[in-house]
Amino acid sequence: MSSDVLAPAAAPSRWQRFKDSQLVHSFSRDKLAMVSFTIFVLYLLAALLAPLIAPYNPYDPSAIDIMDSEIPPAWQEEADERFALGTDAQGRDMLSTMLYGTRISLMIGICAVMLQMFLGVMIGLTAGYFGGRIDSFLMRLADIQLSFSTMMVAIVVLAVFQAAFGAELYADLAIFMLILVIGIAEWPQYARTVRASVLAEKHKEYVDAARVMGFKSSRIMWRHILPNTLSPILVISTVQVANAIISEASLSFLGLGMPVSQPSLGSLISSGFEYIFSGSWWITVIPGIVLVVLVLVMNLLGDWLRDVLNPKLYKG
Amino acid sequence: MIAFVIRRLIQAMIVMFVISLLSFSIQDNLGDPLRELVGQSVSEQERQELRDELGLNDPFLTQYLRFAGKALQGDLGTSYFFKEPALDVILKKLPATLELVFGATLIIVCLSVPLGVYSAINPRSLLSKTVMGLSIVGISIPVFLTAIMLIYLFAVELAWLPSYGRGETVPVYGSWETGFFTVDGLLHLLLPCVSLASIMLPLFIRLIRAEMMEVLESEYIKFAKAKGLPLKRIYFLHALKNTMLPVITVGGVQIGTMVAYTILTETVFQWPGMGFLFLEAVNRVDTPLIVAYLIVVGAIFVITNTLVDLIYGLVNPTVKLAGGKS
Repeated sequence: MSSDVLAPAAAPSRWQRFKDSQLVHSFSRDKLAMVSFTIFVLYLLAALLAPLIAPYNPYDPSAIDIMDSEIPPAWQEEADERFALGTDAQGRDMLSTMLYGTRISLMIGICAVMLQMFLGVMIGLTAGYFGGRIDSFLMRLADIQLSFSTMMVAIVVLAVFQAAFGAELYADLAIFMLILVIGIAEWPQYARTVRASVLAEKHKEYVDAARVMGFKSSRIMWRHILPNTLSPILVISTVQVANAIISEASLSFLGLGMPVSQPSLGSLISSGFEYIFSGSWWITVIPGIVLVVLVLVMNLLGDWLRDVLNPKLYKG
Repeated sequence: MIAFVIRRLIQAMIVMFVISLLSFSIQDNLGDPLRELVGQSVSEQERQELRDELGLNDPFLTQYLRFAGKALQGDLGTSYFFKEPALDVILKKLPATLELVFGATLIIVCLSVPLGVYSAINPRSLLSKTVMGLSIVGISIPVFLTAIMLIYLFAVELAWLPSYGRGETVPVYGSWETGFFTVDGLLHLLLPCVSLASIMLPLFIRLIRAEMMEVLESEYIKFAKAKGLPLKRIYFLHALKNTMLPVITVGGVQIGTMVAYTILTETVFQWPGMGFLFLEAVNRVDTPLIVAYLIVVGAIFVITNTLVDLIYGLVNPTVKLAGGKS
């Protein structure tokens, strides 16, 4: 996320300003942040280029041979040199399937967080700027929504839809349902953060000045106040994407997420679970490690951003 | 104070009302109760008459009021699969789930308080850094993956611990059975409780550490230090008291959240609890059971949250009672 927000620094003056900023300065001194960021970029590249770099196409049934199923990774005995990380129970190459799976997991995570951000920013801005009854109503709503855990809401909603649609139709719609449900369930995180920043900014002089100059509320909200709430948004976004990826994996594990024919990392782990008892650990463990590293890197980046952008929290 | 309590109770009732409305519309749209009753061989004419008789053609509001009236008396319909009252089926499984939550809470409380306090007092020590490092790794591992890894390690590779079920249980009261009093039951509890705890433990360690560090910076702690009070007394008597206040609030809410995560742990360990039952009910499209689960779990969430808010309002005199905002 951080790269997306920071990258469009096209004009040289801005680039210079960006390069000299505190963010970049502390980044270049923090080895852990640099390593995490590098790994994250590698993940992004792998996800984007999956169709180009994957040795096989896991979505193509004609390329899969059931006779190749459950071949262990290359460093084990009985390995097959065609499959560096072995194959799963259907005979799909693990490496290719995981590349495609990472692509799906990341896509769902990022899209869901964009939806959260959109809803949360709209609601948070409105609540913070207008205050009064609108504010207390929206924040009560956020309290109530937060008191039900995302996981619970997502499981219930998806389970009911699955029962209503039937498994086959549901499998086609799974990706949209996951984005929608994870996106809608977590808006209060953003709404609260944005509202808090808006309340802090609202009474500053530049806002009064804008109001005296006769700008409309919507312009003051979007053009003047919103840019000043960006750093907390950036901080929670990294962690939120990580959480969304975990949620998606958990839902897929329960059979409420991506179908086995189009697996995300979670459904890959899930499909390997029954084979763990017969000794085929790699179907579960390797995608598990891939998932944990991705989430860990994002959490580390989130922690680092929180330290840099909001130092009084930790150094106090 | 009374106004705050009433306001909070009204909110709880509104939320329960919305939950029941949602549950009812699920029941209304999912599956056909008639098909479960009469099967395929009945003619369309008779079907319509039966529908009228059962009140399935009544307006939505009438049907909802009937549903709510029955629900208030504890009648949530009969499970299609078990042919028993849905509420009874759920309540029979409740002890198994609560046992899991209780075991996990025990682990969390016993580990998070000492570790959190220690790493707040000695932020630069090696142990604190290890704990903080491990906690961020812990947050990054989904609970079902922890469970799978534990099974692979302790049940498959080492074969020390059982991987599924509750093992031997002893009856406590009525249909309430517990695995806490038998060795076999405890062994079966160990892995599921550890995996359920693994998701919350890092959060609590980090929360306690952050709160404690904030408290240690405050004026009254500095004053106590300046006065020359023994450090232990300052840390554990003065600081810990104020640290635990927000921790308890978050903790209460998280117990509700843990009920959601039990669905995941119960699935991995085939634990015969509510969550496992719910997923089975979904696969069988057993609508009354789905609805009963929603209402029971909704009630658990609403009750814990209301209680936590009320306790917080009682304990913390600075909470704005009139607005009801914490």
